Amino acid sequence: MAELAKNTADITMMPAEEKLTPPWKEAWQSFYKNKLAVIGLGIVLFFIILAIAAPWVAPYSFKGQVLTERMQAPSSKHWFGTDDFGRDIFSRVVYGARISLWVGFFSVLGSVVIGTFLGIVAGYYGRWIDNIISRIFDIMLAFPSILLAIAVVSILGPSLQNALIAIAVINIPNFGRLVRSKVLSVKQEEYIMSARAVGMKDARILFRHILPNSISPVIVQATLAIATAIIEAAALGFLGLGAQPPTPEWGKMLADSKNYITQAPWTLIFPGLAIMLTVLGFNLMGDGLRDVLDPKMKQ
Amino acid sequence: MSELLLEVNGLKKYFPITGGVFGKKQGEVKAVDDVSFYVKKGETLGIVGESGCGKSTTGRLLMRLIEASDGRIVFEDKEITRMSKTDLRKIRRDIQMVFQDPYASLNPRHSIEQILEEPLIVHGIGTKEERKKQVKEMLEVVGLSSYHAKRYPHQFSGGQRQRIGIAKALMTKPKLIIADEPVSALDVSIQAQVLNLMKDIQEEFQLTYIFIAHDLGVVRHISDRVGVMYLGRLIELAESEELYENPRHPYTKALLSAVPIPDPDLKKRTILIEGELPSPANPPSGCAFHTRCSQVMDICKTARPAEQNLNGHYVACHLYNK
Repeated sequence: MAELAKNTADITMMPAEEKLTPPWKEAWQSFYKNKLAVIGLGIVLFFIILAIAAPWVAPYSFKGQVLTERMQAPSSKHWFGTDDFGRDIFSRVVYGARISLWVGFFSVLGSVVIGTFLGIVAGYYGRWIDNIISRIFDIMLAFPSILLAIAVVSILGPSLQNALIAIAVINIPNFGRLVRSKVLSVKQEEYIMSARAVGMKDARILFRHILPNSISPVIVQATLAIATAIIEAAALGFLGLGAQPPTPEWGKMLADSKNYITQAPWTLIFPGLAIMLTVLGFNLMGDGLRDVLDPKMKQ
Repeated sequence: MSELLLEVNGLKKYFPITGGVFGKKQGEVKAVDDVSFYVKKGETLGIVGESGCGKSTTGRLLMRLIEASDGRIVFEDKEITRMSKTDLRKIRRDIQMVFQDPYASLNPRHSIEQILEEPLIVHGIGTKEERKKQVKEMLEVVGLSSYHAKRYPHQFSGGQRQRIGIAKALMTKPKLIIADEPVSALDVSIQAQVLNLMKDIQEEFQLTYIFIAHDLGVVRHISDRVGVMYLGRLIELAESEELYENPRHPYTKALLSAVPIPDPDLKKRTILIEGELPSPANPPSGCAFHTRCSQVMDICKTARPAEQNLNGHYVACHLYNK
C-alpha cells in the first residue's frame, strides 16, 4: 500500500503549507469589491440598527399626540416635523423601520420555506406531483400580486399580521418555481447519480445534496423579495388593509397624510424617503449577492 | 477465477419518445437491445463502442440507476432486476460506480472528507473515529495525502478528482466496480496514471471491474475480456488478446484498423466505415450494422444474427453461421 502511494504521490503532491481560503471568505472578498453592494449592505444594517434601537433613538413616542403642535415644519425640536395629530414624524419613521423590516423578513421567510419545499418536491419527483404544484403556481401568478394580496387580506380581515401572511402567500410561487427549475438541473448532475449509486435514501439526497446546491439563487431572490415585500406592505397599509392606527407603518403614514400634501409635504416626504432607502438598500445588496453567488445571471 | 459474479441475460432498455400535447408515445429509442454477458470474479470486462451505442446505459442498468425494460441481472445468485428498493440500497455496498466526469461527479459543496465518509454513513459502517481513519487511509491508497481531506473538489485537478472518485467507490469495500469511461475526461498522461492505479487496487482489494470506454487502447491495457457494442447490441465478445489479434466481426475489424499506430513508417490498411450511424429509434432491420458493412449479404438485411460461440469467442454475425 505504501509503495502504491509512493508511485503516485510525486505528481499529486501539493505543498502542505499552502493556505486555504474557506469558500465563505472568498465570497465575502468578491462581495466586498462591489462598492454598490457594500453601500446597500450599509443601508440595510443602518435600518436594522435603527429598528432595534428605536426606543433610544426616537425622541418622542410614536403615538403621543400634541394637538397644539400640529403640522409643524421640520425644526430642531421636531427634525422631520409633525403630522396632523401633532405626532413627531421622526419618531414615527424610526419605529416604522421595525414594522417594515419585520414584515419584510418574516413574510419572505414564510414564502421561502413553503416555496422551497414545494419546489423541491415538484422538481425531484416530477410527474403528476409536479403538474399539480406547477399548475397551482400558474393560477396564483395569473393574478396581479397586489390583487391576490388584497383578496387574502379581505378573507382574513385587515391587520398587520394578515398583511404579512398575504404577502408571504403571494410570493410562494416565485420561490417555488425558482427552486423547481434549479432542482431540475441539479438532479441531472453526475454527483446526484453518484449519490444514488452509493445507496442513499431520497431524503438524504434531497436535503444534503440537492438542496444545498439549489439554494444560492433563493438567497439572492429572497434579498430582492424583502424589498418588494416592504413595498407591498406599504401598499396594503396605504389601502388601509395592513397596519391599523396608530401603528407607525410607512405606507399607512403616507395614506394618512396624503390630504395635506400641499400644506405639510414633510408628512409624506420622510416616510416615502424611508421606504425608498430601505428598498434601495436591499436591492443593491441583492444585486451584489447575485454577482457573488450566481455569476451566470450577471448582466 | 472462474466463479461467476454477475450474469446478464437479455437486457433491454427502450426509452419512449413522447410528443404532442398529451405526451403520447410516438416511438422508442432502443438504447440497449437484448444484451447478454457474464463477468467472472476478479476479471476486468471491457465494453467498447462509439458514442450512443448504449454502453453507458448498460452500466447504469446494471446498478439499476435506471430501470431495465426487460432482462435479468443476477449478482451472486441475487436478482438485481427484481429487488426491493431496500435490498437494492444494501447491495449497492457491493457494487460501486466510478463516473466519467470528475468535474461533475463530486458534490462541489462537500469537503473530500464528507464525500468519502458519506458511503460509510449511509451503510452504517464504523464509528465516527473509525470512519475518519478509513477516509485518511483511502486517500493514501489512491495516491493523495491525508491532509487533502479538508479540501473541496474545486481545489483539485481532474486527475486528482478522479482518484477521489475511485476512493469514494472503494470506501464500502465493494466486490464489483462499474467504471463508466473513468479516464476519457483526463489528459493522456494522467490517463495512464489512473489506469495503473485502478490495476493496482484491483489486485489489492480483489476487485472485479466492468470497464466502459470508447478508447480501444485504454480498454486493451486494462481488460481481460472485451465486448464490442454497436447500436445497443453486443456484437462481439472475446478474450482481450484474441479480440485485438483476431477480430471476427466486420465492425470490430474496422474499429481496430482505425487505431493509430505510433510508428509512421508502418503502412497499414484502414477499413473505412461508410455512412452515418443509424438512429437507435429506427435501427436497421436484421443485423444493425448491415447498412455500413463491407461484407454485407442478403440475409443480413432480414435476419438478426444469433450469437455464435467460436471457442469462447462470441460473435454475432452471419459470416460465421455454420
